[in-house]
Amino acid sequence: MSDLDQIIFDLIKKASTDLPKDTEKALLYAYKKETDRIAKLQLKTILENVRLARERQLPICQDTGTLIFFVDVGIDFPYKREIRNSIYKAVEIVTNAIPLRPNCVDPFTDKNTGNLGEKIPWIEWNVVEGKDCKITLLPKGGGSENCSALEMFNPSDGMEKIEDFVVNHIVECNGKPCPPVIVGIGIGGGADIAMKLAKRSLLRPVGERSKNKTIADLEERLLKRINGTGIGPMGLGGKTTALDVHIEYASRHPASFPVALSIQCWANRRASVIIKEDGDIKWI
Amino acid sequence: MDLKTPLSERDVRRLKVGDVIYLSGIIFTSRDKAHSRVVHDNETLPIDAKGLAVYHCGPIVRKDGKRWNIISAGPTTSSRLENMESDFIRSTGIRMIIGKGGMGEKTTKACMEYGVVYCSFTGGASLVGADCIKRVKDVFWLDMGIPEAVWVFEVSRFGPLVVSIDSKGNNLYEDVKRRARTRV
Repeated sequence: MSDLDQIIFDLIKKASTDLPKDTEKALLYAYKKETDRIAKLQLKTILENVRLARERQLPICQDTGTLIFFVDVGIDFPYKREIRNSIYKAVEIVTNAIPLRPNCVDPFTDKNTGNLGEKIPWIEWNVVEGKDCKITLLPKGGGSENCSALEMFNPSDGMEKIEDFVVNHIVECNGKPCPPVIVGIGIGGGADIAMKLAKRSLLRPVGERSKNKTIADLEERLLKRINGTGIGPMGLGGKTTALDVHIEYASRHPASFPVALSIQCWANRRASVIIKEDGDIKWI
Repeated sequence: MDLKTPLSERDVRRLKVGDVIYLSGIIFTSRDKAHSRVVHDNETLPIDAKGLAVYHCGPIVRKDGKRWNIISAGPTTSSRLENMESDFIRSTGIRMIIGKGGMGEKTTKACMEYGVVYCSFTGGASLVGADCIKRVKDVFWLDMGIPEAVWVFEVSRFGPLVVSIDSKGNNLYEDVKRRARTRV
């Protein structure tokens, strides 16, 4: 393996086995304030599982997800050419080494091809200024992904209708996405843009509010309403249904008001690394 | 509460929604493809499942020599199997379903009719689950891929499992959802 292969190997391992501290902290807080017997048992089991995964360096969940790489590559980063191949190579090696579950199925032949398939792992390229490269991995589980939603609202519908859509959707999903979830919301742009923003919003740490005051207030309000429903951990009832709500937005077309939801399970796996021009690395 | 397979109808009919149980004995996995093979293709399940528990799970396994080791084995979303589960119950004689996220009206009715319970295992708790699996007793239908194959596990105190659909027609998920709808 080249140095870059090794960095990406380590990135996949970290994301799959080591739950970000912000998420663990939120789960612990939910556990402490929970009074329902069954909900508390769910959170206790979750926290125990998080500890075991970190200790044994094994996947937190058997669904090791679809691997989505967000690459913010500096226009002057010297190893641009190698990134794609290194990702493919690291994914292949890491699948047996950790191990990960083979999660790529051809939609037409039904054949499971491991973790390399048609256009998967998905790489989301973003060219930025500078000489560094930031790679973030989001392994996305199927159970929560199946709870994605898109609604094209009328611009005259108003924010209240949009808020109701979000809260109702979480209630109807119930235990399916493995709550307590992180609710990623993308607003504006167009159908595809809203969905991408929703997914990208999941990269933000749990507990971090939008820098825009109006959006931050909306995030808080939705979080409170969602947790007020009592769906609770695993949909078995309880105080915490969502650990956080994140909203990202883009300007909309005058005729459109797209709202997309990307739901992340409690196993909110993600990891980032910054690779410097001289090969130095910084884990985030 | 501790239970052991094979489960009798009496064992199961006594359970009620909200009970927490730990299961020992034999459980086997079956998810989308294996269910479909039994229900749609009328193939016979390769094991005698009477009194056993079906586990909605696609595990991570590793073969060391001739021995299969279970690395990670948490539950998958059960609702995908809602349309097939009642027929699966009828043709296999299982007494317990283990999964996550709950199941619907059709399965709840079948649980009442045949004396079966649905138990929730914490989603994502794949290492807690794997620790309860003592060994892989058998594996069938590997042609469907590792996550979809039928894995037969010997388990010890598998859980915690929460009875969330009992054989009296109670469905904890539906209760929680109904209440939630009034609080939106």
